[in-house]
Amino acid sequence: MGDQHATWSDSISIASDTDSACRIMDRLLDQMKLLEWEDHDIFAVHLAVEEALVNAIKHGNQKDASKAVHVSLSVSRDLVEISIRDEGGGFDPADVPDPTDEDNLELPSGRGLMLMRTYMSSVQFNESGNQVVMTKRRSAPRIDDEDDEDDDAA
Amino acid sequence: MPVHRRIEVTIIGKVTVVRFVDRKILDAASIQELGDELFELVAQDEHQCLLLNFSQVEFLSSSALNKLIILEKKIRQRRGQLKLCCLRQEITEVFAITNLDRVFDIRAAEADALKSF
Repeated sequence: MGDQHATWSDSISIASDTDSACRIMDRLLDQMKLLEWEDHDIFAVHLAVEEALVNAIKHGNQKDASKAVHVSLSVSRDLVEISIRDEGGGFDPADVPDPTDEDNLELPSGRGLMLMRTYMSSVQFNESGNQVVMTKRRSAPRIDDEDDEDDDAA
Repeated sequence: MPVHRRIEVTIIGKVTVVRFVDRKILDAASIQELGDELFELVAQDEHQCLLLNFSQVEFLSSSALNKLIILEKKIRQRRGQLKLCCLRQEITEVFAITNLDRVFDIRAAEADALKSF
């Protein structure tokens, strides 16, 4: 039986390309699986971190190969913490329009930040807006609707 | 006959059914390629009734959603129809959270979606 208080952590700086981001993501998700996080929490963290990394690479660093993205990760049985910092000038999250607003629904942009805030337990930016720290607390197991199929077959 | 790397295309009656090769639609290059293949498809007159079957898709990022929004606009401009079907629970939730379930016609099963064209 594993140590319930064990925490895995890692820090890495990656190039501003999405292939590098994939490798970090794999490590993070593998650790969550090892610590038996539920599938819906893994999905949530995967989506939020993917959005944050893409934002850092594409918007923060403008895909500039000379700029790095600095990532810190820690995973325990009950808490995931991620910090992502780019080397760009930052932005004001308050300037991002609500993508669920009727006028913005058909805009092909602007959903990443909203998804991060929806799926993570907390999302905080530093003052300049070039670093985000996100946390995810373990949520309650979901009742899988597919388990009810056997009942219907009677 | 165009070669598709990111999609599998089947014709059922008047409907072009598209399935996705990738279970996880997230890296920039794949999404760009996917978008290009879908846009090329709907540029052809014979593919104006388009059904996207998401049964194999486990994950998609907002960049992929953006491509779908552009696709929807292109089809609407050509007075075609676009429907989605077979979304897993997590993917359905993403559409609901982003209110994109109000933009797209989403059906539970492929058979139901085909009948609705």
